[in-house]
Amino acid sequence: MRTADGGRQSHRGAVTGGTLGRPPFALLVPACLAAALLVVPLVTLVLDTPWGDFWHQIGSHPVRQALWLTTLASLATVMACLVLGTPLAWLLARIEFRGRALLRAVVLVPLVLPPVVAGVALITALGRTGVIGRPLDAWFGVTLPYTTWAVVIAHTFVSMPFYVLAVEGALRSSGEEYDAVAATLGADRWTTFRRVSLPLALPGVVAGAALAWARSLGEFGATITFAGNYPGTTQTMPTLIYTELQSDPMVARTVSMVLLVVSIAVLALLRNRWLTRA
Amino acid sequence: MSAGLVARLEVPGRVHAEVTAEPGEVVAVIGPNGAGKSTLLKAVAGLVPSRGEISVGGESWSQPPRPVRDRSVGMAFQGQQLFPHLSAVDNVAFGPRSRGVPREHADRAANDWLERFGVGDLARRRPGQLSGGQAQRVSIARALATDPRLLLLDEPFAGLDIGVATALRLELARHLTSYDGITLLVTHDAIDALTLADQVWVLDAGEVVQVGPPAEVAAQPRTDHVARLVGLNVLEDQGRFMSFSPTLVTVSLAEPTGSARHRWSGVVTSLAPHGDAIRLLVTGERDLLADVTPAAVAELELVPGRRVWLSVKETAVRTYRADSA
Repeated sequence: MRTADGGRQSHRGAVTGGTLGRPPFALLVPACLAAALLVVPLVTLVLDTPWGDFWHQIGSHPVRQALWLTTLASLATVMACLVLGTPLAWLLARIEFRGRALLRAVVLVPLVLPPVVAGVALITALGRTGVIGRPLDAWFGVTLPYTTWAVVIAHTFVSMPFYVLAVEGALRSSGEEYDAVAATLGADRWTTFRRVSLPLALPGVVAGAALAWARSLGEFGATITFAGNYPGTTQTMPTLIYTELQSDPMVARTVSMVLLVVSIAVLALLRNRWLTRA
Repeated sequence: MSAGLVARLEVPGRVHAEVTAEPGEVVAVIGPNGAGKSTLLKAVAGLVPSRGEISVGGESWSQPPRPVRDRSVGMAFQGQQLFPHLSAVDNVAFGPRSRGVPREHADRAANDWLERFGVGDLARRRPGQLSGGQAQRVSIARALATDPRLLLLDEPFAGLDIGVATALRLELARHLTSYDGITLLVTHDAIDALTLADQVWVLDAGEVVQVGPPAEVAAQPRTDHVARLVGLNVLEDQGRFMSFSPTLVTVSLAEPTGSARHRWSGVVTSLAPHGDAIRLLVTGERDLLADVTPAAVAELELVPGRRVWLSVKETAVRTYRADSA
């Protein structure tokens, strides 16, 4: 202990300068407040979680239903992003057309839109009397609101921008010059996309999918507005938490704890070098 | 119609070129930076939009405009641009497979190409695991693997060590003799033009200013750039060019009298060893090169900033007209 201290002392004695002085209180105090605001609730959530009862509560019927639905909806959302969002990202990254800047701006609106507004917007389009919803109902007898499909649509609506943003960036940075090379070698654009652009943008695709998945897991506002909160069909983990807070706060904390753990796992995944390399 | 390349292309504001080449020919495209060499190649490949006409092997590529992938070109750019996520063999097989050759055949052909370029044992490596010279070999093999009518090489030796570049140059020369398509080779190196090319196109400020066999272009350069490349002084006067070797220039401190008809005054701006001699760059009305012995440098106290007279005998000067080449 003493030798270690002594070593550090001599080290400090040998190298001087390079320090610009103490951090001022005017910055230190608000910084500590901000950190406390972010950290304390998470710590209290962990402490207040009824750990003894944890697995019993996770196993209860409504929680299992909500877990299953959340898993299903979030995976379906990721699939929708992969299948629909990747081509959109490619279009924005590679094709010049009138209104591209406008389209990109519109695609990004859900990033900042209050989720409840997203839900209202979805009702105006796909609701029973909506522009698309009415003919769907009249011709095919399909009504979307308050179904599991509505959950997936709401989740996709709010998650897609994260995905498109990540993949478009990856496609741009992976370079159009490779597309030119592929063209001189006789590849059509589909082949080039499949064999060159997409593999090179893969880190972005993975990162975008993780972001979209995380966004879908926590989706509340758009879901409850457009799909409602029916156990078994539209009740996801966040809407279950909302319901249980009023009846059984302990269940709410347990389910919140599950979402916290999953969020931290996503964050860890995204910080992985493999994902940030692109 | 010609069996080779006939092009009258204009990339607005960048390149204007009227050129032809015969099948089997290797054309060196030379000129200073920004002269439009790469742009010309890209316009031929269809990678940059251009006006005008181009036909290859009697087929028009401009009427109607042919998309890049249907032009029979193989390109190797400087800096290789191999697909970083594919192995060497997959890079080479990419072209044939894109054109519908079954995977097995394409892979076998790709391996053959890599063997031919002496990198067969590196087939499974990714580009990141190859040296510059190896990657450039793979790149050229990839360009040739589609059996293109036109092979477009944009400074294939740039950025390579001198030894590696020399070895690759020899290999390429061997391959090009058996290649029956047309090769356009952008280069900064007089050696490439003189050793590999059947024909030289000299570009300057987007225009093709001289076309001819390498020896002729080297002997009768019309631009300062080419003159510097081949180490000649060249002067233009009313459509007449005079060229002479720096070794035949006499340097003196006083204005020369006597038989030397051509004389210029200028200031020494740089000195550099050139073989056994010292090469001076003298800046006056024109930039001129003069080779002198180290003894003369000491005797005349030639340092940058020194004002000197250059003269050259009439018999040392080769004179030619702009339209003779």
